[in-house]
Amino acid sequence: MSMTEFSPSIESRPTYAPLTSHGAAPAIMVADAAGAAALADLAASDSSVMDKAHVVLVAPTAEGPSQIQSLRPLAVHVTPDLDAAGPMLKQLLGTARMGTQLFLAGSEGLMGHMSALATAEGLPLDAIQMEHRGTIARRMQCVHCKGITDNVTTDPFTCSHCGLTLFVRDHFSRRLGAFQGVCVDAETPGVVPDSVEIRP
Amino acid sequence: MTFQFNEETFRGDYTYFNSPAAVQRFPFPFDQDSYMYSVNIERHPGGPKGSPFEFAFDVDEHYVSEMKDREITLAEDPMRCQSLPHMELAGWDLLELIMVSKARDYPDLFTLTRDGNQWHWINKPLGIDKKFTFLDPTTLPCGPMEYITRQAQGDFALLHEREGNLWLDAGMITSQADWSLDFDVGMNFFEWHAPVPKARKMGVFDKALKFLLAVDQEQSYRRLNWTMTVNPRLDTSPENYHKWGPEKRTITPENVGAKQFLRVELQTFWRLPRSNALAFPIRCYLCSLQDLATVPKWGRRLHRVLRDIDPDLADYKGFAVNQETIVSYLSQFDDGAPTSAGIFPD
Amino acid sequence: MNKLTLEVTETQQLSPLVKRFRFEHPDGSALPLFSGGAHITVEMPEGELIRRNSYSLVSDPYDGSGYEIAVRREDTGRGGSRYMHEKVSEGDLITVSAPKNLFQLDLRAKKHILIAGGIGITPFLSQLRQLDLAQAPFELHYAARSRKEAAGLAMLPEAAHIHIHISEEGKRMDLGEILDGQPLGTHVYTCGPDGLIKAVADQAARLNWPTSSVHSEAFTAPPPGEPFEVTIASTGQKVRVKADQSLLEALEAAGIEIDYSCRGGACGRCETSVTSCEGRILHHDHWLSDDERAEQTKIMPCMSRFKGTRLELDL
Ligand code: FES
Repeated sequence: MSMTEFSPSIESRPTYAPLTSHGAAPAIMVADAAGAAALADLAASDSSVMDKAHVVLVAPTAEGPSQIQSLRPLAVHVTPDLDAAGPMLKQLLGTARMGTQLFLAGSEGLMGHMSALATAEGLPLDAIQMEHRGTIARRMQCVHCKGITDNVTTDPFTCSHCGLTLFVRDHFSRRLGAFQGVCVDAETPGVVPDSVEIRP
Repeated sequence: MTFQFNEETFRGDYTYFNSPAAVQRFPFPFDQDSYMYSVNIERHPGGPKGSPFEFAFDVDEHYVSEMKDREITLAEDPMRCQSLPHMELAGWDLLELIMVSKARDYPDLFTLTRDGNQWHWINKPLGIDKKFTFLDPTTLPCGPMEYITRQAQGDFALLHEREGNLWLDAGMITSQADWSLDFDVGMNFFEWHAPVPKARKMGVFDKALKFLLAVDQEQSYRRLNWTMTVNPRLDTSPENYHKWGPEKRTITPENVGAKQFLRVELQTFWRLPRSNALAFPIRCYLCSLQDLATVPKWGRRLHRVLRDIDPDLADYKGFAVNQETIVSYLSQFDDGAPTSAGIFPD
Repeated sequence: MNKLTLEVTETQQLSPLVKRFRFEHPDGSALPLFSGGAHITVEMPEGELIRRNSYSLVSDPYDGSGYEIAVRREDTGRGGSRYMHEKVSEGDLITVSAPKNLFQLDLRAKKHILIAGGIGITPFLSQLRQLDLAQAPFELHYAARSRKEAAGLAMLPEAAHIHIHISEEGKRMDLGEILDGQPLGTHVYTCGPDGLIKAVADQAARLNWPTSSVHSEAFTAPPPGEPFEVTIASTGQKVRVKADQSLLEALEAAGIEIDYSCRGGACGRCETSVTSCEGRILHHDHWLSDDERAEQTKIMPCMSRFKGTRLELDL
């Protein structure tokens, strides 16, 4: 699996680039099962990138942890899901110093969620690198009830909190780490277009 | 002051109305018979006596009711007012700007007495009499931006300058045209405007940003923007789109004159002293088509503008579905006579 | 451009080369407040020439009773600072712009590090007061050659987080030590000679600091140089720029209005397109990129000069 190519979009939609090494700088890396391969590629380009790296794996595959372990990072932390990865990242950032690089790899949901958390902790955006791997499912905020629906793959979709039918916008909030969903039949209740798979 | 504050609502039974004097001073946005997107910027304040441009922050007959409507909106959704932590200083700057301006321009309605940082503010229309310590947030019931914008008509955005860009880091937004503060807070100028169709391509926002970055202290500006709203509704937020959206489809040839409103935004731009932030107040004025048509020049001109407008713009401004009804209603006010230049009534 | 006519109410020699000036409103009314790092542009009329230089405000940003600046005398300059030192005295009226800020603090920072070299201390003097009032964590490092030359000493408070590095006394500033190990969310600000600004940027880059956390203010007064001539494309008018005049000043003297703010090559406001260039533009600004410089299709008239046979401006 390799990096996803996204179609051109509006200014607020994040773009992702292959991770590149800053050498043996202090680093925090967060990756899901698909994203772990991006970390492996990064280490292959420059093995010193792992010298001072804390790697947080989110719901990795069975072999994931040992594969990452073999890249000889400073430490590997395994978490079952994003909700558990959040506090872990916060903890690591709390003791981090200027110069620390954050590498995020995997789904847009993971990258949006973790980068929002990191910027809130004071990490500047330009210290964060992101590479998309795996699913193109989106993390959506319902503009009406503010609830977040994860893993959205169709447009329109149903808000998992308030039940409104929402269309998927490309408008993205870095603060929330989510795309915006807006009621698709607000003016004509019940008139809903057919649901289609979202495209990258 | 020669006006009385209206008892009126902006939701439910929609009892909002403009007195004849309010219609005469409405900030009609078209200075010619056609409309093209342009940046149309002027120095502010300054304009004919009695016009909404005369003073820094216009106070009119809708003041008290608009503030009540804001209170209702905030009670239902407190996220309409947000300020990222570093924006508190800008909030104090804004509070000072508004209090000083209002006390100067409307001495019968507002007074401000300052002794160093010990301030005494009296807002007669809203029945507020408050002593507080400037720059000490513990002496106000809420943050300085929220405090003062609960007493000032219009929406307010506070923009933080860094990295050659402006960041929407605080705001009080309860009468917005289709954007969500909760979603957009923290965005830079381009991200915030990203959903506006075509504009980036046209370079409109590059120019606008350049202009805004160059706004200096003691040198403020204004521009007018407009859109159309069915019913005199201030809260046309995306948050409540599913609630007010259906109303957009209730326009008929019989009710269009009373129910269709021209919505004008008086946007002003101010560089704030202590924070170097930019204040971007967006004041909203509403006037029904039938009231506008009582000014013959405006009836003629509005007909021509809305008849000939670029279809994309009609779509973006959200009245394409009602355009035909609107234009055929307005045609009765257009006898083909020429109109005079400028926005003011003859 | 909003202008204020103020009275010079105080002058003080801070060091052999640096003089402090205080301006107040003639009728005692309050002046617009400002933010830490702001500057004003001072007009210096001499004969038919008006020079305008920008100087950082060194007074308390929240005190509207007066503005203060500190001017270093540059004897090889085009005469602005000499004018301030020799011609301006207490009781004179002087025209200045409203405050503007091109070097503001990033108020999101968890900590601020201010690094000053020589007269580069000036913008930090107002920032210090803002940081104190905001109770924001900071440290200031001030480097000077000798105590005698360190005009800032007289204006700096004594405090644990204010560090003085006098190279003559063997206390050189160690940038590695200053920047290493700072907490996440720290911002660094440098003002001083180009060499210092570059050294801080390089050190920060070596430590992998993101560039958005590294700020500098490099604007200086325009340098003098050889006289030259430009042609105005729209009218064919020729404008001569004297040795001790900037191109911007020469254009203004010829009645050609150009937008400006900093007059020090930092804000980008005066950027002007070049329609034809036979020769070499001497770029002295901090605004254009290296590529833009090489193309020679743009010039910043507040700072830059020209050597060659023909320079035509899109005016
Ligand atoms: S005036 Fe600022 S760059 Fe020339």
